[in-house]
Amino acid sequence: MHNFDFVKPASIADAVKALSSDGAQALSGGQTLLPTMKQRLAAPAVLVSLTGIAEMKGVCRGDGGLHVGAATTHATVAKEAAAHYPALAALAGGIGDPAVRNRGTIGGSIANNDPAACYPAGVLGSGATVVTSKRKIAADDFFQGLFSTALDEGEIVTEVRFPIPEKAAYVKFQQPASRFALTGVFVAKFGTGVRVAVTGAGQGGVFRWTEAEAALSRSFAPGAVDGLSLSGDDMISDLHGSAAYRANLVKVLTGRAVAAAG
Amino acid sequence: MPKDHGIGASSKRREDIRFLTGRGVYTDDMNLHGQTYAVFVRSQVAHGRIKSINTSNAASMPGVLAVFTGEDFKDVGGNPAGWLINSRDGTPMREPKRPVLAHGKVRHVGDAYAAVVAESYAEAKDAAEQLAADSDIEELPAIIDMAAAVANASNRVHDEIPDNLCYDWGWIEDNRAAVDAAIKAAPHVTVLELVNNRLVPNAMEPRASIGEYFPGTGDYKLTTTSQNPHLTRLLVAAFVLGIPENKLTVVAPDVGGGFGSKIYHYGEEAVVLAAAKKLARPVRWTAERSESFLSDAHGRDHVTKIELACEKDGTFIAFRTETMANVGAYLSNFATVTPTFLHGTLMAGPYKVPNVYVNVKTVFTNTAPVDAYRGAGRPEATYSLERVIDKMCRELGLDPFEVRRKNFITTDMFPYTTPVGLAYDTGNYHATLDKAIEIGNVAGFEARRAASAKRGKLRGMGLSTWIEACGIAPSHLVGVLGARVGLYDAATVRVNATGNISVMTGAHSHGQGHETVFAQIVAEKLGVPEASVEIVHGDTSKIPFGMGSYGSRSLAVCGVAVTKAIDKIVAKGKKIAAHMLEAAEEDITFENGSFSVAGTDKAKTFGEIAFSAYVPHNYPLETLEPGLEETAFYDPANFTYPAGAYICEVEVDAETGKVDVVAFHCADDFGNIMNPMVVEGQVHGGVGQGIGQALCENTTYDDTGQLLTGSYMDYAMPRAGDVPFYNVDYSCQTPCTHNPLGVKGCGEAGAIGSPPAVVNAVIDALHRGGHTHVKHIDMPVSPSRVWQAIHG
Ligand SMILES: Cc1cc2nc3c(=O)[nH]c(=O)nc-3n(C[C@H](O)[C@H](O)[C@H](O)COP(=O)(O)OP(=O)(O)OC[C@H]3O[C@@H](n4cnc5c(N)ncnc54)[C@H](O)[C@@H]3O)c2cc1C
Repeated sequence: MHNFDFVKPASIADAVKALSSDGAQALSGGQTLLPTMKQRLAAPAVLVSLTGIAEMKGVCRGDGGLHVGAATTHATVAKEAAAHYPALAALAGGIGDPAVRNRGTIGGSIANNDPAACYPAGVLGSGATVVTSKRKIAADDFFQGLFSTALDEGEIVTEVRFPIPEKAAYVKFQQPASRFALTGVFVAKFGTGVRVAVTGAGQGGVFRWTEAEAALSRSFAPGAVDGLSLSGDDMISDLHGSAAYRANLVKVLTGRAVAAAG
Repeated sequence: MPKDHGIGASSKRREDIRFLTGRGVYTDDMNLHGQTYAVFVRSQVAHGRIKSINTSNAASMPGVLAVFTGEDFKDVGGNPAGWLINSRDGTPMREPKRPVLAHGKVRHVGDAYAAVVAESYAEAKDAAEQLAADSDIEELPAIIDMAAAVANASNRVHDEIPDNLCYDWGWIEDNRAAVDAAIKAAPHVTVLELVNNRLVPNAMEPRASIGEYFPGTGDYKLTTTSQNPHLTRLLVAAFVLGIPENKLTVVAPDVGGGFGSKIYHYGEEAVVLAAAKKLARPVRWTAERSESFLSDAHGRDHVTKIELACEKDGTFIAFRTETMANVGAYLSNFATVTPTFLHGTLMAGPYKVPNVYVNVKTVFTNTAPVDAYRGAGRPEATYSLERVIDKMCRELGLDPFEVRRKNFITTDMFPYTTPVGLAYDTGNYHATLDKAIEIGNVAGFEARRAASAKRGKLRGMGLSTWIEACGIAPSHLVGVLGARVGLYDAATVRVNATGNISVMTGAHSHGQGHETVFAQIVAEKLGVPEASVEIVHGDTSKIPFGMGSYGSRSLAVCGVAVTKAIDKIVAKGKKIAAHMLEAAEEDITFENGSFSVAGTDKAKTFGEIAFSAYVPHNYPLETLEPGLEETAFYDPANFTYPAGAYICEVEVDAETGKVDVVAFHCADDFGNIMNPMVVEGQVHGGVGQGIGQALCENTTYDDTGQLLTGSYMDYAMPRAGDVPFYNVDYSCQTPCTHNPLGVKGCGEAGAIGSPPAVVNAVIDALHRGGHTHVKHIDMPVSPSRVWQAIHG
């Protein structure tokens, strides 16, 4: 790790200001950023901690859904969202291990947009709104590819607003080593239709499986996706599974998520 | 009532108090006055020619004290291979020099070619980064695939070795023609090609070393993560740096696991010693986890074709194997013996097969060195055999239990000499198989399978009946087989004046529990409380010259040395007692800590005798030296041959390919048991590693020699959730006939016996589920591989 300066502002405004300095980078739970720094793959000059900003923490009911502060840890979401949005709470509770869950945050996870991360599926599958230091971004517009989002330089995710579906479930098939999602599927049934978001499988990161959404909107039953076929063309192929294998997992896990959603 | 003390008691592991409360003292925990930090510069390419290294920028950076390159060590000795293996044609193996730091060429990603020593770790890191940038290394084509390595004579890991072949070994070469003929004439031959996957040892504590030099005396000290401090001293002092052994102390303090990888001497140890001398300050180094992945000696990595010839009823006629063993870029210390004598000699298994021939070609590649890893050669042999037997049973529609029974060596046949040169002293393979069938409730399998099916899972059962040779071992035998060292061990028992006891052992404990178990043996034999016995190990300035811990040898070799030393203590105690009690020495008996005159009530306690030995006021000084301290060296007559039967049950999720091990039953014969709890723990750990190999772990290099599985993000370690509650039985006991404790060794058994049981169970599940086209899946049997096999 190289040397760096550390600041811990107490407000979003101060954090934005601190981030405007040369070589500054936001630090939330540090579960992604710190290992990268230890390997000397990243060397920010200033770390701007977001964990001292009260308005960015906590889970509460808000207009039309559940509002989760961006600096809220996975462990807190697992506990506090359980009564309101059990599928989301279960997703958070299945990330990493207790040490990771007690540090890592939703804001850090979606800002990082790892193609195998769990939250992007929950956020996209819920059709959530990402609130930042300067605007609101629909989930459909937020995730833009591997490790890439709609965020501008210095822009901070401050909150994520989740509409609460009638039924939902996230089913994650663990990559054997990292235990991230080799493939994970988030299914959410709203009055207006069903959303299906897939993580871990797509070469472009999290994506919506629209054929399944259409089929499940017609009939919300595990068997509804049986007849669909998913091409492996745009799927990730690596040590842990071929593209065809991942395409198979997407379908299997979608069926299981529907079954789990009840 | 189970015993609560001494031999056979499940005494709690005394060392766990410090391990579990964070009070262990590991190499990296030691902080020395004036210490400096070494960081190694490692090759980022698999194969390259070092054209130039400009050290001047790095040397002038803040805090930098010294910079070393391969040039600085080119005139010292190489790190040697411990065994000389001859090829089939009688020519000796090719033995390229393994330098302290790579010189001329780098030969694998992670090959250290320079080192920086600085006042702080951060400064050393910065300078190492600079040095890497200032190194001109011309990348050469990487040699990764073994078959290609042997076929392509122009691309060489070592310029002087044209076909990248270390040796082409045949065992037993004289039997080759007969085995070929037997296979040709056999009514049935099953052929299986398989891979024994390369593993990274992943000890919890990474390697670490501290070098010290004392200018006043010219003495050196090396504190290091070693399984065998005397062996390390011999290698680094006598072979590499040319330091007289008596001027170097090697200390292996608490060591957090080794699994083989810490047997060997590594170049980093030589560098910290040389640097300490140059600077006259302590020089420390602790590997980062990524360095461990890249530079610890890996394990396994065989590609094998095995043929099993048999009668139609499954009676074995012959086994023949052709193996390519990957030795990596350099010969690590045991690298040449692991695929040969620790592997080929086990290829008869526990079976009375008349014809066996083993061929092993050991190949250099641009990958990390490969050496002995828990089980070392015996897991490879067991896996090949137990998999091919399973495949044969399916081909001929035979019951795998019955086929084993039919072929087992029977109890009336011991001692039994195998066609691959070992003499099994004793065993009862039918007994362990029967026990496994009983504890595994094989009769109830069908009901369990049906229950799994209701939950949408395919259930399968796999069997493995394993044997191994351990307690490594008799010097006369290993000498014939090419060992360049002896393999005895040693212990000193020092009875202190106040009657408590210090035992100095050549064996080293890095998690096994010697401090507890050796104390139990001493307590039992001398009739004293376990708490009054202290086991001292890991420091060459304190312990006698022993060969350390590996090959499941600590108890069977060093433990016996302890008992031999105790025998001498008792013999001397009898002489002292005879004098004090005014009786003839022959009339003195020793029992429960008391020396007494047979047939009388005259007696002296052990403590009284000890006191008298050190305060010899009333003592036969004319004929007997004072003091009560004895050393024994023990060199066994043979290996020991633990054996057992393992039954694994798995559930397979056919839609995702995920395999869950839902039950694992072990019926082992370890001979006499000193501490049942410790034995169970060893079996649990070994089976856990075996399940890890079978289902999770894999080491993958890409074509350019980059390690794709260089961190826990991609290298899958088994976790608690991946293993079931084990069912471990060790009640079948045929005591070893040639050591006085009757013990056989249990440290590696689990890792040897379990992988084929797991894979056989997966194949069984798939067959029962109708996927009968699946004949074999290579380890690790990962979800994607299982799914691929079903759909392939
Ligand atoms: C062992 C381990 C296992 C894991 N397993 C899983 C898993 O199973 N599933 C999973 O989804 N994840 C997993 N993770 C990742 C974990 O969830 C991380 O917490 C998460 O990816 C990053 O969140 P963080 O708060 O730690 O972010 P940090 O590491 O602090 O930051 C990550 C990146 O996001 C930026 N950033 C952080 N917060 C904000 C913000 N509010 N606005 C804008 N940019 C921001 C940072 O500058 C940085 O670039 C695992 C991590 C580890 C170490």
